[in-house]
Amino acid sequence: MTTPFRITLTDQAFEPGALLTAFCAGRDETGAVASFTGLARAEKGAAVALELEAYPGFTDTAIAAFADDAQARFGLQDYAIVHRVGRIAPGEAIVFVATAAVHRRAAFEACDFLMDYLKSRAPFWKKEHGPDGGRWIEPTAQDRTDAQRWD
Amino acid sequence: MARVLLFGRLADLAGWRDRAVEAVSLRGLREVLAGADPALGEALAGPGVQVAVDKAIVRGEAVLAFGSEVAFLPPMSGG
Repeated sequence: MTTPFRITLTDQAFEPGALLTAFCAGRDETGAVASFTGLARAEKGAAVALELEAYPGFTDTAIAAFADDAQARFGLQDYAIVHRVGRIAPGEAIVFVATAAVHRRAAFEACDFLMDYLKSRAPFWKKEHGPDGGRWIEPTAQDRTDAQRWD
Repeated sequence: MARVLLFGRLADLAGWRDRAVEAVSLRGLREVLAGADPALGEALAGPGVQVAVDKAIVRGEAVLAFGSEVAFLPPMSGG
């Protein structure tokens, strides 16, 4: 089952610690919560900002379909995904993923699995704004390889 | 009338990202867009560009109902 709050696309900065605290609250039957936070990174001071474009109603639906499959595959009790869109400054959080399971292995693996998908296949379009203007980015070979190890 | 949405580099190329276009089929829509902007028409037919009608990916031709939303999606980068 997909409830809307499990996937959030937002153009506002978010605080990953607060999200993790909220995700962990009231879990009497959960033995393990794994989480990942991705930050916007400046390459040798080059990138001024990242811009992420999503297609509301398409991007979130695609992520939800994939995440629900992941939930079944790893036997997750629950998950949460928060993803920034719009312009993101270096050092700001871009993505937060949390997974809840009875035991740690499922929580770790599902979190890793979801991140490989989000980094390589999720329907976003990414533009890097540097000193010389903007440049649209395609997934790296490493991102593709990371995603393929689950196939 | 269809609502056309462009994403990523396609929107930069066209100089717009959201426009109403008179068309009753995907083929007709492509012709109208290419007629107005040949470079855009070529880019929309380029490798890796997917089309979604009312937020579902379609391959090949599609009939467009009044008010259909047609999105042209360049290769997705991930987040």
